[in-house]
Amino acid sequence: MIQNDIFPLNSLSIGEKGEVFSLSFSGLDRRRLLDLGFTRGTIVEAVQKSAFGDPVAYFLRGTTIALRCADAEKISVRPAV
Amino acid sequence: MRISLAKEAVATAPPDASLSICRSANEDVVVALAGNPNVGKSTVFNALTGLHQHTGNWPGKTVSGARGAFHRKGREFILIDLPGTYSLSPVSAEEEVSRDFLCFGDCDLTVVVADATCLERNLSLLLQILEVRKNVVLCLNLIDEAEKKKIKIDSAKLSELLGIRVVETSARSKDGLPELVDALSSCPASEIRKLKYSSEVEAALDALTPAVSRLVRDLIDARFVALRLLENDTPFLSRLAAILGFSLIEDEGLRDALISARLILDEAKISDSDLRDMIAGEISKEASFIFSSCVTHNDPGYCRRDRALDRILTSRSTGVPAMLLLLGVVFWITITGANYPSQIISEFLFDMEDKLSHLFSIWSFPEWAHGVFIEGLYRTISWVVSVMLPPMAIFFPLFTLLEDSGYLPRMAFNMDRCFKKARAHGKQCLTMCMGFGCNACAVTGCRIIDSPRERLIAILTNNFVPCNGRFPTLIAMISIFFASGISNPAAASVMSAFFLLLAVVLGVLATLFVSYILSLTVLRGIPSFFTLELPPYRRPQIGKVVVRSVFDRTLFVLGRAVSVAAPAGIAIWILANITVNDVTLLSHITSFLDPFARFFGLDGVILTAFVLAIPANEIFIPLTVMGYLATGSITQIENYSQLLNIFSLNGWTAVTAICVSIFCLMHFPCATTLLTIKKETGSLKWTALAFIIPTVVGLALCALVNGLMHIFGVC
Repeated sequence: MIQNDIFPLNSLSIGEKGEVFSLSFSGLDRRRLLDLGFTRGTIVEAVQKSAFGDPVAYFLRGTTIALRCADAEKISVRPAV
Repeated sequence: MRISLAKEAVATAPPDASLSICRSANEDVVVALAGNPNVGKSTVFNALTGLHQHTGNWPGKTVSGARGAFHRKGREFILIDLPGTYSLSPVSAEEEVSRDFLCFGDCDLTVVVADATCLERNLSLLLQILEVRKNVVLCLNLIDEAEKKKIKIDSAKLSELLGIRVVETSARSKDGLPELVDALSSCPASEIRKLKYSSEVEAALDALTPAVSRLVRDLIDARFVALRLLENDTPFLSRLAAILGFSLIEDEGLRDALISARLILDEAKISDSDLRDMIAGEISKEASFIFSSCVTHNDPGYCRRDRALDRILTSRSTGVPAMLLLLGVVFWITITGANYPSQIISEFLFDMEDKLSHLFSIWSFPEWAHGVFIEGLYRTISWVVSVMLPPMAIFFPLFTLLEDSGYLPRMAFNMDRCFKKARAHGKQCLTMCMGFGCNACAVTGCRIIDSPRERLIAILTNNFVPCNGRFPTLIAMISIFFASGISNPAAASVMSAFFLLLAVVLGVLATLFVSYILSLTVLRGIPSFFTLELPPYRRPQIGKVVVRSVFDRTLFVLGRAVSVAAPAGIAIWILANITVNDVTLLSHITSFLDPFARFFGLDGVILTAFVLAIPANEIFIPLTVMGYLATGSITQIENYSQLLNIFSLNGWTAVTAICVSIFCLMHFPCATTLLTIKKETGSLKWTALAFIIPTVVGLALCALVNGLMHIFGVC
């Protein structure tokens, strides 16, 4: 169970959902994440770890996007209601 | 410093799509096909034009614009198939092609192809395009898949909310395409669709847009440019400056307007990056709104099947075994299936040769003509055809099936950890897989990697996976030396597949190792940010895949091989028949290289054959055999056991076969690949490195194996 209200995306266990709160990215990387739908309020679900555990696939807005853990760590989410 | 060199090198690679399209008549209509990656743009393109652009279920397959046409009501419609992109803010060379064309390209209509199964994300791009393009049509593709997943879309409402024509299609089964053609031929008009931003942003836009409008005129929508100016989108602005011939901020009036617009934003405490977030946020909010107003899911577990498959194909315990098993099965089917047709084709072709020889003697052609054309040219071609055609005709369709099903991105997903450890890009796995088909195509495919450093790594290491031109050599080595001792044919073919898999794994390990070394030395850096979309699995269209991969890939590659093999065959015949000091030129060359080659477990003939096979790797074995027989031509060889005899008589051992396999896997790229690398990197230095790296690695490994085997007294 996650204690704090805001936590990094990579701390979601498989099957858990979170709501995007903020992105610690800048420039094109930030833009790409926004274009992929990682905007504030979007519900993201961790769906599948890859064979070696990293990256992890996330389901959002009808699509599945894989992110490396180091990158997912820079996305803050809060518990989805 | 070193990295900036790499940037320069990649930046010179030209995007392929040109912005102005040559029309043969004024009333010709130019149509751009745009959309997210992997939504079926190329399938729509093929269905409309009757062309056969290669399609596959993974993002990044089309890296440069393709062009085709269809006729309707006496007018020509010119179609441009743009590479897939997630937004108008490109992060890689191939996305830049799309952005440039969508913003500045000379086209009358834009068809945005969207995947009906994940419409919400697709709408973001559509809304961005609608901010800059008039006359847009939405093609709601994969509608059949959406129905299967119980997704209901209210197209009429969608059309009303967006203000554009919406056509539902499922391009694979050609449903809805007549409607799309009808829609296009009526040249539907739509206006620029303005998104409403916050009042401060709108006020800033009002202050700036008139000044922009004065400068850009009809080239591009002024409000769109004003937004880019406010958010300070430098790549876009410099591209615009290059097209206009001047930079917007050189204009005094515009500068003043920009300052007052910025002031409005400053007062509201909105920074450049806040504004970017606000714009993206507004777009996704609008996309969500439209999506929820038009789309209903009856079954919330609509991706259950995909998730279940992913649990098997990508999980910790079964992911890697499943990957090896899949590849192993593909190899096994290829090897087993190729044996019989190879024999039949070679018997037929050599039978033809006797008849041709007979004709030559009837028509009393001179001896040398028979030598050059029959023993040189015809035999080389026969060899290439009978050795290459069957494995290719089996391997390509199988590989295309994997590609069509959506497995390749899963492979990249599984392998990413390794590539990350090697400090390379996750998508390098995709370009590596493309290398199994053709290294030259794969080098071009490296455009999907946005970071210049990682793109160069992918280009330089691509040759470590065997292309189909090298598979036959590997298969021959394995069949002759490693599987021939096994009497049970079933066991022998399984062993062959196993050894081939081993060779491929060795190639992948070399790719990772060399990528890592490059990341520590000439291309120093850490891996960049990366996202990989895992598309829904799709049932491959087996019949179509088989037909298309035979015609598009197999015959294409074979044609290339034959056209290279023909002159090489003549050249070899000449080398083997001209004598200096009673020894043929070929023997002079091979005996010169021999001492050097011995050190690496090879011999002079093998090394000469590798060098002479630069134009096409597939002629390596024919060249070797010819060197040994020195009869001045390739001999008639009907099966592997005769090959074994020739090789054994010339001192080959299992060690030689291992070293040949290693060197085949790791040596200089073929001429086409080298030319492509030169084109893609724009640099002789990187091309030279692409030549040297695999050669050095291959030789080192050969020397190691040879040395160890000698120490342990294996031979």
